[in-house]
Amino acid sequence: METIQTDVAIVGAGGAGLRAAIALAEADPGLSITLLSKVYPMRSHTCAAEGGAAGVIKPDDSLDQHFSDTVGGGDWLCDQDAVELFINEAPRELTRLEHWGCPWSRETDGSVAVRPFGGMKIKRTWFAADKSGFHILHTLFQTSLKYPAIKRLDEVFTTDLIVVDGKVQGCCAIEMRTGQMIQVQAKAVILCSGGGGRMFPFTTNGAIKTGDGMAMAYRAGVPLKDMEFVQYHPTGLPSTGILLTEGCRGEGGVLRNKDGYRYLQDYGMGPESPLGEPVLKTMELGPRDRLSQAFWHEQQKGNTIQTQWGDCVYLDLRHLGEAKINERLPFVRDLAKSYSGVDMVTDMVPIRPVVHYMMGGIHTDITAATPLPGLFAAGECACVSINGANRLGSNSLTELLVFGRRAAESAVAYIKDSGVSVDGAAANREATAVEARIRALFDRPEGDETTAGLRQEMFDTMEGGAGIYRDEASLTATTAKLAELRQRWQTLSVRDKSAVFNTDVMQVLELGAMLDLAETVASSALERKESRGSHQRLDHTERDDTRYLKHSMASYRGETAPPAIDYLDVTITKSQPGVRDYSGAKS
Amino acid sequence: MSERTIELEILRYNPATDEAPWYQTYTVPCQEEWVVLDAINYVKDHLDSSLSYRWSCHMAVCGSCGMMINGEPMLSCKAFLRDFGRKIRVEPLSHFPIERDLVVVLDDFMEKLPRVKPYIVRDQEKPIEEGEYKQKPFELYEFKQYSMCINCMLCYAACPQYGLNSEFIGPAALALAHRYNKDSRDEGRDQREEITAAHDGIWECSFVGACSEVCPKAVDPAGAIQQMKLASTMDWYLERLGGVGARVKRSLSSRRTSK
Repeated sequence: METIQTDVAIVGAGGAGLRAAIALAEADPGLSITLLSKVYPMRSHTCAAEGGAAGVIKPDDSLDQHFSDTVGGGDWLCDQDAVELFINEAPRELTRLEHWGCPWSRETDGSVAVRPFGGMKIKRTWFAADKSGFHILHTLFQTSLKYPAIKRLDEVFTTDLIVVDGKVQGCCAIEMRTGQMIQVQAKAVILCSGGGGRMFPFTTNGAIKTGDGMAMAYRAGVPLKDMEFVQYHPTGLPSTGILLTEGCRGEGGVLRNKDGYRYLQDYGMGPESPLGEPVLKTMELGPRDRLSQAFWHEQQKGNTIQTQWGDCVYLDLRHLGEAKINERLPFVRDLAKSYSGVDMVTDMVPIRPVVHYMMGGIHTDITAATPLPGLFAAGECACVSINGANRLGSNSLTELLVFGRRAAESAVAYIKDSGVSVDGAAANREATAVEARIRALFDRPEGDETTAGLRQEMFDTMEGGAGIYRDEASLTATTAKLAELRQRWQTLSVRDKSAVFNTDVMQVLELGAMLDLAETVASSALERKESRGSHQRLDHTERDDTRYLKHSMASYRGETAPPAIDYLDVTITKSQPGVRDYSGAKS
Repeated sequence: MSERTIELEILRYNPATDEAPWYQTYTVPCQEEWVVLDAINYVKDHLDSSLSYRWSCHMAVCGSCGMMINGEPMLSCKAFLRDFGRKIRVEPLSHFPIERDLVVVLDDFMEKLPRVKPYIVRDQEKPIEEGEYKQKPFELYEFKQYSMCINCMLCYAACPQYGLNSEFIGPAALALAHRYNKDSRDEGRDQREEITAAHDGIWECSFVGACSEVCPKAVDPAGAIQQMKLASTMDWYLERLGGVGARVKRSLSSRRTSK
């Protein structure tokens, strides 16, 4: 087995991983940095983010206002010390990206423009038309090429962490091109591997979003925090789940039911704002959880339109006019036209809520460190938590930057302060065991189970039991089904025995990761007997701060047992839990 | 939901077992609104799990799924079945070595990309505390189009010159160099020109324009390359004018970077 020795290994080369890599290279040019990704960096799913990145820059805005929007938006499940740090560092990070060449959209005077976004009381979302994530990713990737210390391993699929004596000492990976296992021995590892939205059938997430890094950390003993909080984005194209950015509503788009009625006013987000004059933090600029839940209620009332891909409502942008749509939303216009055959200049676009983002993830503290020494995490795979029970749109792109850099700085400090060195022989023993486990997948006898078959059953049970609204019965059924699927996965065979670019074995491993994670989602949701943010229980409809103003912590208990669910107090510094008010009347 | 059945003829190649590429035909039941990628995914999930290809976003922005579809380089996630007949031939992108099946080797592009210095180059960095560089909308417009490249490699598969001479830096990398040259925050054009105007750079382009025709993001690499040729020619003449020319050149570039 090939062995690579490095100071820091980063798993994942999206926004957070690239930001971490650059921060490492800048912190100490003598550091050796290995950046692993199962895809080329520019394929990372950061590229699909459209709307923008939040950071206080304009004179009418304040850090306090961004803080209170974020904490309230998260239904008070955010750790407020983390939010404060995040908000303080956000403008610096976004400005740095501007210096690196990010093509942010501009005001006529040449300053960076900001647009309105859901749940934000002030306009503070920096954007590059409607391809903000794409430009952030490519700016970071291209800038990373300046630093010779960053050694990339593209299309190298990380399968396991190497843990020696309670410390992370590297990771094991399959080089896709050759099929050979590689062990990367490292003093510290930073996971920036993204979320696992692909455990649901209808999602904006790309095929690569299978939560591999989260599952790796979980199996290595790191708790997964707040996994029950799964964000549905209110406006996805039916059939494909393609995202139509929240920027559509930020620019003035409205939601209508089958009668053309702007139904959000019936769900605590009224009164109706004038057409073409969006009012911040109300109606269509309410938070994503409330909008997706309002859809569900409209569906129950029979106010949705039936399409061959399920029930929909309308996103209406016609009043914006062609010029503004082309300037601010050219990409989504093309997407709606191509994939749904609807031109948003002349017609309303049928849309429905779609799984978009996981608020939960690998438990880290405010320094991006996990409880496992030597392991750090940032981005969607991590849960700091700044997003609480519901992330506000445009906070996550900024989170990649702030915590990607922070993870790098923490890793550097850890290496220096602890004087850690890699126990090469012990790491090699661990890696050899991993290699044997991967090889054994090829030796499983070929049975009836298929990856696609098991995946479909996972989709059905997650959508049926752990969707926008949940209850005891649905979650009990889903946890039982997932336990069964995890057992059946043990017999799933790899049919393709070849070495080069074997996506069959990759999909088997990705499915294994998703099943483990799905179980933490369902189990955490079953135990949280309240409704908060994106987690809504039909049988426990109120928020219960007495019992559940806490992070849930799911810990791994082996291949045959469900996770143990424990709780951790939320850090509250200055904002006591209150009422989330998105009615425009009071402002 | 209306269904139709298509025949997908897919190039297969496994370097461990195949002496040469060959074609395998799959019969795929499809939904009318599907793209070619959906049909390929159907094959992977239900007919043959050994088929290898790249894909992720399914919305034409990650650049993974470029393939030759009926002989044309296209993103398979944006190639709608409704635009094709019953039989569709799918092959890996032309002009690249095949790694396996529809997966091509991208080493050549990944090696060329850093050579054109696709990042902001400045003599002096502005401290973050001083805030953003001002960039007027018209200055953004100058390079925005060239920043839209998703590195899907369709332009390399379409470029006859790259097919003849793989040393040619090629459309996407040159367009990206142009993107930074035209950015009002950048001062690196001279450094880039050492690569882009040298052997295997812009002068290799024979202006067929196939790259711009197949580009799914309307980047127009051919246009970028012609603009670079013009700028490079200007530089050549100015350098030969001696002191006056040097002053003109300095003032031209300081106009762009005075902010």
